[in-house]
Amino acid sequence: AAALEASPSAFKVGEALTPEKDVTNYNNFYEFGLGKGDPAANSGDFQPTPWTVSVGGMVAKPKEFGLEDLLKFPLEERIYRMRCVEAWSMVIPWVGFPLASLLDKVEPLGSAKYVAFETVVRPEQMPGQSGYFQPLPWPYVEGLRLDEARHPLTILAVGLYGKTLLNQNGAPIRLVVPWKYGFKGIKSIVKITLTDKQPPSTWNIAAPNEYGFYANVNPAVDHPRWSQATENRIGEGGFFGGSRRDTLPFNGYADEVASLYAGMDLAKNF
Amino acid sequence: MAAIPALPRKYHGASIWALYALGFVPAISGFYLGATGQLPGNAIKEFEHLLGLWGLRFLIATLCITPIRDLFGINWIRYRRALGLLAFWYVLMHFSTYLILDKYLDFPTILADIAKRPFITIGMAALVMLVPLALTSNNLSIRRLGARWIRLHKLVYIIAAAGALHYALSVKVVGPQQSIYIGLVAVLLLWRPIRPRYNQWRRAQVGRPSFERAR
Repeated sequence: AAALEASPSAFKVGEALTPEKDVTNYNNFYEFGLGKGDPAANSGDFQPTPWTVSVGGMVAKPKEFGLEDLLKFPLEERIYRMRCVEAWSMVIPWVGFPLASLLDKVEPLGSAKYVAFETVVRPEQMPGQSGYFQPLPWPYVEGLRLDEARHPLTILAVGLYGKTLLNQNGAPIRLVVPWKYGFKGIKSIVKITLTDKQPPSTWNIAAPNEYGFYANVNPAVDHPRWSQATENRIGEGGFFGGSRRDTLPFNGYADEVASLYAGMDLAKNF
Repeated sequence: MAAIPALPRKYHGASIWALYALGFVPAISGFYLGATGQLPGNAIKEFEHLLGLWGLRFLIATLCITPIRDLFGINWIRYRRALGLLAFWYVLMHFSTYLILDKYLDFPTILADIAKRPFITIGMAALVMLVPLALTSNNLSIRRLGARWIRLHKLVYIIAAAGALHYALSVKVVGPQQSIYIGLVAVLLLWRPIRPRYNQWRRAQVGRPSFERAR
């Protein structure tokens, strides 16, 4: 990973950072295998450069962005909590830029209501995408409502810990939406489409009773197979670090984002 | 037939104790690595999963003893009690880790988990069923219970099926690893109804001259 210049930002949580070795070695990225160590172990052949992201759909100016264009956006360091749907969490210093700045460049039409995202498909470089057993339908897809996508907390990350993203973390560019469960943070994005219909999302297709479209972190709504009331903070040392803590509504970002969901039944729209 | 040289009788007792000693190595090394912060990522979950997986492995090994004797004529029945008890201890440690390290003895949450979440209910049922088997795994119980002992210990079939199901239902995607365990348990359970017919056929073969025997 190469060093990245980033300016500090006001968005940073005052909690101890998760050690870099945990952030880069404990990952869910099923394109590289099901185990938490698989993405780090199996992503060596993946080529994150050169790269283009095509942005289109209901926009006035569809455009293909090369990685070099994306790196020209003013980069900021954002220290966010990351809460996995599996009830573990990290604190990660991301480097990226607001998704809203990218959307401004393509001028979404008034009719656009949602943003759809797509991960690259490269079976020859991503072992989870080839062979007899494939855990999910590819490409991995995700989506946000346009107002969620435009929220200042929502970023496209190109790095972490001051360096470009490693393959296992979604190189070269990925989504980070800190008030939602980690699986919303789609990795290695190649396509962004503005649309007027709620886009499909991979985990919702795989198990609709377990993973909703919104996937906002919510301690009051359990996953059918485990409680979401508490979480295990990764990297706080062994068995007796006292790492289990209460999960916060919207992962602690309720002040910033709760208004997006005013009047919605969050148990139904989980 | 017997390709493996038989262990001299005088080492039988020692080999059983060696199996116990070896059997606890994964738990001890896992605990040491976890307690000293050397398990990557989510140390408590890694340890919890390691114990559960070894519990299932020892259950499968227990169920292998009979088919190995049927098919290959190798009698390892002296190890079956140790394998079964190792399975029991691992499942108990798996549950204790969930109870203490993972959930901090938060009993309302634990009871809700057991009642509400089918994969935890199934796992809990398997542990409960293992208890009477462990308690009656001594020679005295075998003598006292007689035929009832055999009937009681058929519970192990249900326990093994429950264990494999518990594992498969606990993961987000049932992958190759879960499929292998489910397949192994299924084959070992299916062997039980096939076995009397196979053994009958085998005995009939032995009665005939060798040139007529099936290979």
